[in-house]
Amino acid sequence: MEHYHMNLNLKVWRQKNSNTKGDFKTYQVKNISSEMSFLEMFDVLNEQLISEGEEPVAFDHDCREGICGMCSMYINGKPHGPWQANTTCQLHMRAFKDGDTIVVEPWRANAFPVIKDLTVDRTSFDRIIQAGGYISVNTGNAVDGNALPINKDNADNSFAAAMCIGCGACVAACKNSSAMLFLSAKVSHLALLPQGEPERKTRVLNMVAQMDKEGFGACTNTGACEATCPKEISLTNIARLNAEYLSASLSAEK
Amino acid sequence: MLNAKIPTGPLENKWAEYKGHCKLVNPANKRKLEVIVVGTGLAGASAAASLGELGYKVKAFCFQDSPRRAHSIAAQGGINAAKNYQNDGDSVFRLFYDTIKGGDYRAREANVHRLAEVSANIIDQCVAQGVPFAREYGGLLSNRSFGGTQVQRTFYAAGQTGQQLLIGAYQALERQVALGNVTMYSRHEMLEVVTIDGKARGIIARDLVSGKLERHFGHAVLLCSGGYGNVFYLSTNAMGSNVTAAWKAHKKGAAFANPCFTQIHPTCIPVSGDHQSKLTLMSESLRNDGRIWVPKKQNDTRKATDIPEEERDYYLERRYPAFGNLVPRDVASRAAKERCDAGYGVGSSKQAVYLDYADAILRYGKIEAGKQGKVNASQEEIIALGKEVVKAKYGNLFDMYEKITGENPYEVPMRIYPAVHYTMGGLWVDYELQTTVPGLYALGEANFSDHGANRLGASALMQGLADGYFVIPYTLGNYLADEIYNKSIETSHPAFEEAEKAVSDRIHQLMSIKGKQSVESFHKRLGKIMWDKCGMARNKEGLEQAIKEIQALKKEFWSDVRIPGEINEMNTELDKANRVADFIELGELMCIDALNRNESCGGHFREEFQTPDGEALRDDAGYMYVAAWEFKGEHQWDLLKETLNYDVIKPTQRNYK
Amino acid sequence: MTWKQVFTSSVGKKLVMGLTGISLVLFLIVHAGINACVFADMVDPNENGEMFNKAAHFMGSTVLIRIMEIGLFAGIILHIFQGYLLTLENKQKRSVGYAVTYTDGSKWYSRSMGLLGTLILIFLVLHLYHFWVSARFTHEGLAPVTYNGVEMHNMFALMQATFTEWWVIGVYTAGCISLAYHLAHGFQSAFRTLGVHNKRYTTLLTTVGYAYSIIITLAFIFMPLSFKLGWIG
Repeated sequence: MEHYHMNLNLKVWRQKNSNTKGDFKTYQVKNISSEMSFLEMFDVLNEQLISEGEEPVAFDHDCREGICGMCSMYINGKPHGPWQANTTCQLHMRAFKDGDTIVVEPWRANAFPVIKDLTVDRTSFDRIIQAGGYISVNTGNAVDGNALPINKDNADNSFAAAMCIGCGACVAACKNSSAMLFLSAKVSHLALLPQGEPERKTRVLNMVAQMDKEGFGACTNTGACEATCPKEISLTNIARLNAEYLSASLSAEK
Repeated sequence: MLNAKIPTGPLENKWAEYKGHCKLVNPANKRKLEVIVVGTGLAGASAAASLGELGYKVKAFCFQDSPRRAHSIAAQGGINAAKNYQNDGDSVFRLFYDTIKGGDYRAREANVHRLAEVSANIIDQCVAQGVPFAREYGGLLSNRSFGGTQVQRTFYAAGQTGQQLLIGAYQALERQVALGNVTMYSRHEMLEVVTIDGKARGIIARDLVSGKLERHFGHAVLLCSGGYGNVFYLSTNAMGSNVTAAWKAHKKGAAFANPCFTQIHPTCIPVSGDHQSKLTLMSESLRNDGRIWVPKKQNDTRKATDIPEEERDYYLERRYPAFGNLVPRDVASRAAKERCDAGYGVGSSKQAVYLDYADAILRYGKIEAGKQGKVNASQEEIIALGKEVVKAKYGNLFDMYEKITGENPYEVPMRIYPAVHYTMGGLWVDYELQTTVPGLYALGEANFSDHGANRLGASALMQGLADGYFVIPYTLGNYLADEIYNKSIETSHPAFEEAEKAVSDRIHQLMSIKGKQSVESFHKRLGKIMWDKCGMARNKEGLEQAIKEIQALKKEFWSDVRIPGEINEMNTELDKANRVADFIELGELMCIDALNRNESCGGHFREEFQTPDGEALRDDAGYMYVAAWEFKGEHQWDLLKETLNYDVIKPTQRNYK
Repeated sequence: MTWKQVFTSSVGKKLVMGLTGISLVLFLIVHAGINACVFADMVDPNENGEMFNKAAHFMGSTVLIRIMEIGLFAGIILHIFQGYLLTLENKQKRSVGYAVTYTDGSKWYSRSMGLLGTLILIFLVLHLYHFWVSARFTHEGLAPVTYNGVEMHNMFALMQATFTEWWVIGVYTAGCISLAYHLAHGFQSAFRTLGVHNKRYTTLLTTVGYAYSIIITLAFIFMPLSFKLGWIG
């Protein structure tokens, strides 16, 4: 892989705080190495802004190895940028070429209000988990880990759903700002395990109710979420959630 | 001399004895007691959830936007537990023994034994929470082996064990939030510990969105804020990982133990240039099949594939014919550094060595061809078959490497270099995990207690969860039982006022410097000093120099740092400045500690103290103690010692040759 | 959990869309089947739509089917209203839009169900005006025809008369193509919404869905075209 350097035009969303209106600002960055990560390119931009006496661009990031789910940039019309199964922090500059213009926006959804620049508030996801995304077991109550054998397929599918990093790219990608992929990943993760069985029905009903309350849209199965998910969480989980919801609501006592 | 308050009696009975006799708090009183938990990684989230379940009023703080982001999430390999599911001779004692030996006999026996005892409960607890551990076809839990042990005791969830365990703890925590037992403060950073009459009574936290300072009272304060590897600027830690909470506690009286014990992991993706912001770990398992080499010629600029076999130096195989590429982490790391420093490094930065899979591909290809009965398989066919086998074993790691470097590791050798990824040192704690400040506790990587001078793989997750789920619920009760007579203190108390003013003054001072250099540039310079002089190998001269350089850097920082923006708004530069200011002070203490310890042990390698063949040379007579440093004033620390007594294990020289 | 909650949550609203959608899918099979009777005329030039007229008469005069027709209309209306409501509500969940919209991850028609539905609705109004209104109420342009002593409407003749103008053929063709795309997404989406998640069924349903959309649409387009080109009648 040949390394090269490039000059870029960046169109970045700037917004002082949640109460003010934002707009795009254009910046030039020079001599960007193709080996940099996208966020390192933003580090360069920020150092440049600081040296010019301007405020750096605020953006969420932490682990920078694609697992914490904090980074959240909408790059050239795609959450996490052009690569498949990838987070913003793992996107590298060899995805771009000299002279490119890159438009960077925050996640857009009413349930994810902008806090500042490219930083959004995703606590709505935490509240969805609070509504039932857990197994009610107090510390110290557990039986032996091998007491309940779990069918390997179920364990594997549960793990595949549990890989969700809660970044919110699914919401950002969805034309309806729906959180169904996130929600269904958690419901599937727990519904596929025998430990999740006792709360299976209340969990799905309460979590859907909370999702609606937070102001996420309804799912129309377009598949945009699956296509942009850095962990390739499958759309199948949404269908499984629908089945869980239907069976839970039809079999409710009251 | 520090008193670790280790229960008397035989080692294997200590924890049971303690639990049987520690004081309890009745449920009605628990409701009146408030506990503050700083940090929501494995230790913090599990502690906050467990204490909430018990009925305490808990306030949990994290600087990220959600507790699920904590860097425990990045742990790949697995979690150890003495379950002996494999019937291969594992036991609590063996896990205890391996951990003490791995720590190069610088850990406390009683703590480590307790850790081994509760390790099995952790797995049960996590399974009950719905952590999807890997399973066999029969539906039972799967294990794999890990470095430094002879048994299979590591439980895992693909390469994302840390993520799955953290999500389990996070879910338990969110359940307590929903039940009203825990109040969660995300995007909050703890900036001061409040002490009243010598006891920890609360914290001052900054709301990172509004920039406002908040006062929070607690009958006890738990610091679960992780390690300080970011003092090196480049590490496998998350960007936000910081020492601030622990450092504030230290400056309020909590002793800081063994700060110089840092672990350097040999197989990381190397630095690609000055822009580099963090490093990514590649699982150690790659060394099982890969061969490590550098060119025999200095500054060789040829492509790896153009360098003929006879011009390659397989330096680990050459220097350590018995262990070859499988020498322990610290040895592999130091050997790579030695080659690169001598000018044999590869890649554009010249700070890397090759990890080559060409031989493994051929070897596996031949086996596979044999299995399939292809007697006259061509070289191409064999390579293709071999690649398939390697892909099945290491595919996800190879993919990650390609994503970051843009190079195809099936075709060209990978480049690797050692990187900082864990800190064994931390706040000194006694058997109850209490620091030297009453009511102030430290859990997980933030404390020093269990790993001695070197941590074994798959032990960090175990320790974080042991502390949070199974230790602190007992030991905290023992302290809080006496606190039921003390009502919550109003945050208008002068101690809170004073603490908030100190924080506010410092922030205003930082903002008023209005210098020329960015926070990042100072952090990079600190990292370079630390890496060069207090990194993989240290010596007296370098450490003395480093101390001077860091003191000068501190002065420069406080007179020339530039922080744009305002105080009362989201200001990521100000957040960073607060952290870097503390890292600079910590860096000095690390060098002082490294200078004090005139021996080599585990992750601490003093060049003056090595065996003739380059192995770490311990000095048990002189240094079998925990060096806990008490803050006395700027650039001044007192050394407090905790002598380590080995009642059960007899320390020997680690010999891996 | 009240029944109201079941059908008014975001998942519940989709359930309504899916259930009504699937009932419309079934209806289209019947509709296309009955209409296909006009092709009997192609086989036997003296047939003159007898088979079709009889089938239409059966549909119009059987009480049970007339009751089902009420259900069908209820379903169509629910599907339309709920569809518009959902589209509107979903749009409101993002007050500030993107400068660059994300289009790679999904098919255009899956994102345009509201638009396609509207096109179908326009076509439907014309279509109902042409046939259903006259058959049921006005009887405009409907001559009586008698087979074996039973008098009935000559729907075949009405079709022949209707499909003479090219613009009508054009509107019908456009309506049918909109329907094809609407179904291409709607068919499999409806089953997903109803909770079908096993891979063996989702794969099957996706394939069946595409086949269904194409076959039904071609069958419908072929009729007006055949009349216009004189292949029938």
